[in-house]
Amino acid sequence: MLFRVLQKDELSTLFDQLARANATVGPIESGIDRKGNPMYAFEPVSNFADLRLSYSTTKLPAKRYFLPYQEDLASFRMEGDDWQKNVDYNIDKPCVFFGLHACDINALNKLDKVLMSALYPMPYYAAKRMNMFIIGIDCQPQPFCFCGSVASDSVTHGFDLFLTDIGDCYFLEVLSATAYNVLKTVKTSEPEEKDHVRYMKVTAERNRKFTAHIDTSDLAKILDMEFQSPVWKQWGDKCLGCGTCANVCPTCYCYGVEETVNVDLRGARKSKTLYSCNVIDFAEVAGGHNFRPERSTRLKYRYYHKHRGFVEAFEESLCVGCGRCGEACLAGITAPEVIASVRGEES
Amino acid sequence: MQSSPNKTRTYLGVPIARPKVAFLELSSCEGCQLQMVNNEATLLDFLSLVEVVAFREAMTEQADDYHIAFVEGSVTRADEVERLRKIRNTAKVLVALGSCACFGGVNQLKNRFQDPAWVKKQVYGDQVVESNDQAQPLEAFVPVDLRIFGCPVKKEEVEKTVTNVVLGKSVVLPKYPVCMECKANENTCLFDIGEPCLGPITRGGCDSWCPNSRMGCWGCRGPAEDANVEQMKEIMKKNGFSEETMLDRLECFGGFAKDADTLRRAMDRVK
Repeated sequence: MLFRVLQKDELSTLFDQLARANATVGPIESGIDRKGNPMYAFEPVSNFADLRLSYSTTKLPAKRYFLPYQEDLASFRMEGDDWQKNVDYNIDKPCVFFGLHACDINALNKLDKVLMSALYPMPYYAAKRMNMFIIGIDCQPQPFCFCGSVASDSVTHGFDLFLTDIGDCYFLEVLSATAYNVLKTVKTSEPEEKDHVRYMKVTAERNRKFTAHIDTSDLAKILDMEFQSPVWKQWGDKCLGCGTCANVCPTCYCYGVEETVNVDLRGARKSKTLYSCNVIDFAEVAGGHNFRPERSTRLKYRYYHKHRGFVEAFEESLCVGCGRCGEACLAGITAPEVIASVRGEES
Repeated sequence: MQSSPNKTRTYLGVPIARPKVAFLELSSCEGCQLQMVNNEATLLDFLSLVEVVAFREAMTEQADDYHIAFVEGSVTRADEVERLRKIRNTAKVLVALGSCACFGGVNQLKNRFQDPAWVKKQVYGDQVVESNDQAQPLEAFVPVDLRIFGCPVKKEEVEKTVTNVVLGKSVVLPKYPVCMECKANENTCLFDIGEPCLGPITRGGCDSWCPNSRMGCWGCRGPAEDANVEQMKEIMKKNGFSEETMLDRLECFGGFAKDADTLRRAMDRVK
């Protein structure tokens, strides 16, 4: 890995260089909540001044840019006596992501394992993922973040450039040739020993600020043991089955596919919609049988996929500890509390 | 591909049936029917898909021979009961169109009053008006084959339903709550900005129509399957909204009539 140092006032030049030629997405302020705190969202940005690089977190992940909530996979059209099929991966140009936190980049790395490295890669995801230029940025721990517990508080791959604020300048990690070439357009310098020291001090200070945790030691095993635990029923009673936790999750990728015939009966389309395992008919099969009719079993299976099934398959959990699910859950169900209760601990 | 002599070959080779369709109304604002003529982009295709024989919002001719009857409105008069039975006998498929037909809709707000005579007096004064004490959904009188929820209905959903009926495909309505579509639309959660919303318990399919415009959900499509109304009450309370606010929304369209009744009784007991 290459390291460089970038003076802070050079960052807008870097942004302008990239945004001039590419679609660019970054954190912006989307509004003020009822407590007076700013809310943030990943939106297309063309003006550097609109970016909020010191954002706490966004309500929703950047998922819609690489795993849209709804996407047409194919469309069909009758042409005289014949028919045409059109397949579109729904990406026509590269996209710059300016200011993703480590958790959200780790989420992409996890999605890659399922959607790109698997036996049957998903081209709709791969096409978008391969056309991403990602600039990561360091974050300030929020009361609901537990990324450190799931090894997502820092990120070592899956991005092009990573910025860490070390005072009057940014410490840069340069990971791709593209990033190296892009940096030629701005003024950077070789980091000195004092910059290394500042980097280490800044990250150590940040790491001390995490307050939320989950205990993942032996968790896959413990989940197996506690399959019949009464705590699942308690959480199930609270759960709304609304699917919000999955929709705000940067790693939830489950989906349904539906074919819809056009009103003119001359065409049809096959579309994919992200779905949630907490929704009533997620495990409903042909004939109407539902394998998970109770909210408690559905909620349980979401935790089993994240912290047991995925761990068995990839030796890591399908959770980056961003805490968005707990923040968005109107019923106040949070991952640290659920995991602690399964372990028989007070959270 | 083998060439077919039939120039109108369609997707999966299903012949176009073009069923006779009637849009009919009982006590309602006819807003659901109006929705059907709102989207000009697909109107002609929709009209080619079916043969409309009755549609007061769009044509003057009327015929009493139809295959599918879309009935809008709730039953509030004795003569409407008769009319509905006649429609049921004529139509092979009876579709309850909109929340009035499905649950009684806004009209059923009068059902909450103990004294129907007082309600009538308040509304009509001394004028003599024949009406039932209760506003009821179609199902209270005849079997209903399909229900399309919403106040008003979402045109896309009606088109999809009709297309599926024509093709013989099963009609599946969303079972999840409005939150699913609201999140997919990347809306700010209304509770985050201090607005009450029944989205977490109301059946989706509306594409979160109201929350898209920062209007909290009033539950017009009735409960989602497995709706957690008890938790919803807790959430409203936790966010500082009164039981009265919750009740107003629960009882507005009739889909949550039972839950509204339970809550009202609980509130009366406290009083």
